[in-house]
Amino acid sequence: MTDIKKYKNILVFVEQREGKIQNVSLELISKAKELSEKNKQQVYTFIPGYKIDETHAKECFRYGADKCFITNDELLKNYTTETYTKVVTNFIDKFKPEAVLFGATTIGRDLAPRVSARIHTGLTADCTSLDIDIESGNLLMTRPAFGGNILATIICPNHRPQMSTVRPGVMTKTIVKETKTIKIEYLNSSLTKDDVNIEILETVKTQSEKKNIEDANILISGGRGLGKKENIELLNNLAIQIGGMLSGSRAIVDNGWIESNYQVGQTGKTVRPEVYFACGISGAIQHIAGMEESELIIAINKNPEAPIFEVSDLGIVGDLNQILPLLTEELKTLKLKKEA
Amino acid sequence: MKIIVCIKQVPDTTEVKIDSKTGTLIREGIPSIINPDDKAGIEAAIQLKEKYDAHITVLCMGPSQAETALKEAYAMGADRVILLSDRAFAGSDTWATSLTLSYAIKKLDYDLIICGRQAIDGDTAQVGPQIAEHLNLPQVSYVTDIEKIDSYLKVKKIFEDGYQIIKIKSPCLITVLKEMNNPRYMTINKIFNICNKQIIENWTINDIDMDANLTGLKASPTQVKKIQTKSVKASGKVHNVEPQEGVKLIIDKLQEKFII
Amino acid sequence: MNFEFSEAHKLSQKMFRDFAENEVKPIADIIDEEERFPEENIPKMAKYGILGIPFPSEFGGQGADNLCYAMAVEELSRVCGTTGVIVSAHTSLCAAPIYEFGTPAQKEKYLIPLAKGEKLGAFGLTEPNAGTDAAAQQTVAVKKDDHYLINGSKIFITNAGYADIYVIMAMTDKSAGTRGISAFILEKDMPGFTIGKKELKLGIRGSATCELIFENVKIPLENLLGQEGKGFKIAMQTLDGGRIGIAAQALGIAQGAIDETIQYVKERKQFGKPISAFQNTQFQLADMQTKVDAARWLVYHAAFLKDKKQSYSKAAAQAKLFASETAMEVTTKAVQLFGGYGYTREYPVERMMRDAKITEIYEGTSEVQKMVIAANILK
Repeated sequence: MTDIKKYKNILVFVEQREGKIQNVSLELISKAKELSEKNKQQVYTFIPGYKIDETHAKECFRYGADKCFITNDELLKNYTTETYTKVVTNFIDKFKPEAVLFGATTIGRDLAPRVSARIHTGLTADCTSLDIDIESGNLLMTRPAFGGNILATIICPNHRPQMSTVRPGVMTKTIVKETKTIKIEYLNSSLTKDDVNIEILETVKTQSEKKNIEDANILISGGRGLGKKENIELLNNLAIQIGGMLSGSRAIVDNGWIESNYQVGQTGKTVRPEVYFACGISGAIQHIAGMEESELIIAINKNPEAPIFEVSDLGIVGDLNQILPLLTEELKTLKLKKEA
Repeated sequence: MKIIVCIKQVPDTTEVKIDSKTGTLIREGIPSIINPDDKAGIEAAIQLKEKYDAHITVLCMGPSQAETALKEAYAMGADRVILLSDRAFAGSDTWATSLTLSYAIKKLDYDLIICGRQAIDGDTAQVGPQIAEHLNLPQVSYVTDIEKIDSYLKVKKIFEDGYQIIKIKSPCLITVLKEMNNPRYMTINKIFNICNKQIIENWTINDIDMDANLTGLKASPTQVKKIQTKSVKASGKVHNVEPQEGVKLIIDKLQEKFII
Repeated sequence: MNFEFSEAHKLSQKMFRDFAENEVKPIADIIDEEERFPEENIPKMAKYGILGIPFPSEFGGQGADNLCYAMAVEELSRVCGTTGVIVSAHTSLCAAPIYEFGTPAQKEKYLIPLAKGEKLGAFGLTEPNAGTDAAAQQTVAVKKDDHYLINGSKIFITNAGYADIYVIMAMTDKSAGTRGISAFILEKDMPGFTIGKKELKLGIRGSATCELIFENVKIPLENLLGQEGKGFKIAMQTLDGGRIGIAAQALGIAQGAIDETIQYVKERKQFGKPISAFQNTQFQLADMQTKVDAARWLVYHAAFLKDKKQSYSKAAAQAKLFASETAMEVTTKAVQLFGGYGYTREYPVERMMRDAKITEIYEGTSEVQKMVIAANILK
């Protein structure tokens, strides 16, 4: 049985791609800082990669890290499961953190399960909130399940470290005010060529020029109720007029009316803009899970029973084919009046 | 080529609703389906079979009603279907589930194991990679295309912003996404075959030589401390009005919140 | 007395429904609009065995039964009456008589590709002067040394032009009345066999309904189906089975119309409420669904009797009579419940109403069905 007492401090696995630290890791460092203040532990950050240096460490400290560990190796230049699993597992074996946090990215979701299985500990995926249980000291990991219909709080009482993955955009990154002495430690990877058991033949970037809907302040989102691909234009016109961005539900992505990087929801992205227009979106739980934290939700749907109305701040039962163009026109008129 | 596809039968969570009076899930009448990512795995295996002449075993860990999922898998084109079911497995988290499945897989011959990326009820995406670890196999997750080249596979792995083409040696494990293909329908004669003959193999814990204390609730590192149905956020007003009036209400709201 | 479907039937129904929803429904409107035969769906249906459901696997079939076949036609017709009749005519009117009356050689040559869906089938009995009076055949087959020579024409033949195999009735002995009619198996490109005029129709507009013309068509002797002089009997028995298919088609069309209507009346608002809140709407739908459910059991029972190899002629006639009249009534009411919108092509109910009408006419008009039922009861 694991000697729980030997495990201390919270580790954040810092994910970098081509030397750029992913936002989700910074969000997790901030969260770890918050948790560490509760249980009086330290926040460790570990960045495996290639040509990782002080600049990366500084970013970690900016968001709340107490200590930063770096492992550089050419074999870590590109992510492969075995190399990363090995170095992370070695780190955990050596430093025995009581909790490890990963971003739930394609990398995190490939790496964390492998690490947890190698170590024989528990992993909780896609956590939407993390807390410390004062009595037991256990990490309370809350996550949606059953397609987002329920929230389950999971604990890992008898195994260490307690591992969890968190989706990008769920936690908020906060810059710490107090300055800290920067403590960096460089570790050897002890990797050999035999640790690479797959071969990357080609890497292709396809969406780097596209904008992130997570960064938008206003989202004009469409669902199946749009009726046809051509109606995306209605959303577009409004988006342009109001200074927002397009997004959509899984239904319209599946139909090919809009690309998958615009998808909001359980298997898409989590967004929390100032304003979220839900147009012709019925409001399936999987979709709501991705946008319910929006400041202001305005829903337009011809079905008065649509579940979206249960989360909207303002609901209009009506035909979006009529409402959207009228709204766009009205906004245009108001703008002209203002400028006059 | 020998392929094992791991599938899970799940409730169709897109249909699940919450009882507003009791705050609990309404589970009755929710159809059970093959987890969509897993179904894509079955289709991927069948396409490989058509191209390279493979034998497909579909393995499902679940209660006895999961037989329906296996029937569907067989009727789509699987050769062998196995239900892994035992009281001892109840309450297993992903660690225990993946370990149990790996014990079963050890009893089979394989070049490739295909798992769906994640199940729509658990949504963890952990079981596939964990099976790979228990069996000490190389893995690639988020695969949308598979090609066989001698004893290697060439797969396409997608990332948030692009993809990679990866070469991986058999035996290995991959996880696939439902976006990768359009699963075929069941064929009538296969439906009648699987429903009228005893084709599904029922494996229990004894059949896989597994110790009972390695599986089930007690062997699971993670435990559920609490479950709550999502609290319904207090909704704002819903207006069933003419378009002009609706637009006016929206504008008022936007002005109220200083958006415009 | 078991009203429960077997698991195999339930799973089959699920498959038919998914297939209909994803493959057939998306093109149902357009093939009606363009009067185009849905060629693209034939290989898809073949792949899953939909064109050979009730035939044993040794003949390329799926080894299922007539109940399963009826379910298939119903589910397809729910979204597209045209697709339902394509399958029905192929299965019941062409493949079935070869299965029931063919020689081993004929089954090998014709039934296997038909059941596999590699070839499509059709049936020709009706002539310009022989409709309900089917015995008044004018197409003639003269026996020569090593072949039959066929001259004449057929009209209103479903799947004409797209079918590769045709079961055709012709007069071999004019003096013998109905006992002078024989059945033959013809292939598409036999010299002298041409497809004539294509009918422009009120409904099932995607279905190919054409004239067949026979000008000195030489048929090998081994293409005689059954015995000489038994053709009329073969035709009548074949139509008995075909009636189950058409009854299932009518049933599907009716149910499809109700499903569309239910969705519409929940959304459409007048006088501040959805029209589903009005008692007239509710009462109409109650009547419609009750009649369709009654039709359903008549259809399934006829299929059940045929599967049990019991006498099913009366049951099939009853099913067709009742289901087709119900379909006409239900689809007409559906259009009425939709109001003005139901009359436009924006919604599918007007197509369903146009499709329903033919089910009261072909494969024996409702009047013929009454004759069959009465003859059975009064004997």
